[in-house]
Amino acid sequence: MDDARVARRGLSPRLWLAGGWLVLALLATIFAPLIAPQDPLAQDLMLERLPPFWLDGAEPGYWLGTDSLGRDLLSRLIFGGRIAFIVAFAAATSACLLGSALGLIAGYFGGWADRIISRVVDVWMAFPPVLFAILLVAVLGTGLSSVILAIAIIDWTRFCRVIRAEAMSQARMDYVESARIAGYGRIGIMLREVLPNVLPSVVALLSLEMGIAVIVEAILSFVNLSISTDDPTWGGIIAEGRLSIHQAWWVLVFPLITLILTVLSFSQFGEALKARFDPVLR
Amino acid sequence: MLLQRFLVRLLTMLVTLFGVAIVVFVVIRVAPGDPIAMMLPPGASDDDIARLRALYGLDKSIVQQFFIWLGGVLHGDFGTSISLRQDVLGLVFDRLPATLELATVALLMAIVLGATAAILGARSRGTAIEAGIDVVSGATLSIPDFLWGLVLILLFGVLVPVFDISGRVSPQLDLPFVTQFYLVESILRLRFDLTWDLLKHILMPAVALALPLAAIIAQLLKQSLKEVLDLDYVVLARVKGFSETQVILREALKNAALPTLTLVGVQFTFLIGGTVIVERLFSYEGLGNMAIDAVINRDLPLIQGIVLVFALLFVLINLAVDMMYALLNPRLRHG
Repeated sequence: MDDARVARRGLSPRLWLAGGWLVLALLATIFAPLIAPQDPLAQDLMLERLPPFWLDGAEPGYWLGTDSLGRDLLSRLIFGGRIAFIVAFAAATSACLLGSALGLIAGYFGGWADRIISRVVDVWMAFPPVLFAILLVAVLGTGLSSVILAIAIIDWTRFCRVIRAEAMSQARMDYVESARIAGYGRIGIMLREVLPNVLPSVVALLSLEMGIAVIVEAILSFVNLSISTDDPTWGGIIAEGRLSIHQAWWVLVFPLITLILTVLSFSQFGEALKARFDPVLR
Repeated sequence: MLLQRFLVRLLTMLVTLFGVAIVVFVVIRVAPGDPIAMMLPPGASDDDIARLRALYGLDKSIVQQFFIWLGGVLHGDFGTSISLRQDVLGLVFDRLPATLELATVALLMAIVLGATAAILGARSRGTAIEAGIDVVSGATLSIPDFLWGLVLILLFGVLVPVFDISGRVSPQLDLPFVTQFYLVESILRLRFDLTWDLLKHILMPAVALALPLAAIIAQLLKQSLKEVLDLDYVVLARVKGFSETQVILREALKNAALPTLTLVGVQFTFLIGGTVIVERLFSYEGLGNMAIDAVINRDLPLIQGIVLVFALLFVLINLAVDMMYALLNPRLRHG
């Protein structure tokens, strides 16, 4: 019990910080055209590699400096966040729906359904995920929907494995037996009784998966396989930063900080949700 | 009992590999874009294209292609790389040692770092030190290898440039090696100047891969240690006058390590999966870096070969861990 109380008390400020950053970043990307100080695509070779505002040689209006083509870094980060958040929500939700549905079926019904689904999960787990993602996007063609689809196709197993185990243990519980005796059908029990009980795990995983999706999108755009190269993406900015690291470190530092904060926030959020719903900790 | 378990696992492994082969094959064949057209200069005649398609077996049906390819694979023939015009298996074997060395160095680092943190945390349980280890490992765990790699590039490539952040070995060096296991061979040949140069290159990507795993090991091993430390035989050792560190190292560690071992096995496959992007980040000439080039060049045979080798590596590690677990777990050993 002591541990639980410590965990609860320790989590709250972290949860606030994590939530605060995500809300801030989300609002900034939604209102990007209003907030971004410059056009994220505007190139100006007179303004190339301007340092951030506190260094000598900075220009007003270019707070975080510019890249080697004179594009404003802050504006590119804000607009790049749009892609990151769209991918995070869409890909994580798709992976969640697919994986949870299959996990629920495998765990609750067992038998052949379980055997087939588990075998497919085994096969999926034998793929290096990053390589699989790169391969899928190369096959599907670059673009926002390909990136989302690729992440969903790869990461559904994360949900499937956890939900399968949970549904299995739930299926053995007394209340499921009572519902059966009360005359409910198997699918009815699965959706009305088992599903609500595994939902907390699903929600916690969903938050973690959003962080993972942001990273995968960044990796894909880092190897130039995400969306079209014109639109700013966090991974794309990082790739530029990696190239000009000795001339303009800020082009790498700021997207990196943004990514780390975002990923940490999603995972803290997921951990906090897990702790909140976990009956042992509660 | 053990043998039966092994055979069942072996069979499952083969089914998994067959599944991987099918998935890769199907995924690649539905890819739009003609790899043959990319090989030829513009204005090549239709005859040339047809001849090349036949040469690579691309004129047959997809099922035929699969079994031709699978038959070849079973004979060790993975086909010819379209972009590099070399034998796929040879290319893969040339690069695999670099990746294995990187992954092994990373794994060792993760175990040493993670176990040290776990022992330290278990020794000072309930203190600020343990709380500190928890916070640091929690944050370390949440940041993936890709981001750690970038952080390390900034810290030790730019801010304090002490390590190399690009390549596997300094290009101006004369390498006497006959195998591709440079690091191992440099030690065996007592060429420690080369070992040092290789280590300076491998260290940063290895740390990037090791950090998340080290954090997981630290958390899990600490938890197991704390549980074991309350057991009677450990209390007895303490009563006998052993210091807390001695108790942990001599008595508790052995029994607390089993759950961690299983987890390390699974996580090691994730670590190997991570080499793909980390190698890219550090321009390290391993299998993963070649894989990304292969995808970009739409080099189908090469992609297939690389993915299969990765999958083989993954299932072999899982098999090894499973067997090790069965051997070390007394309940299964005598069961």
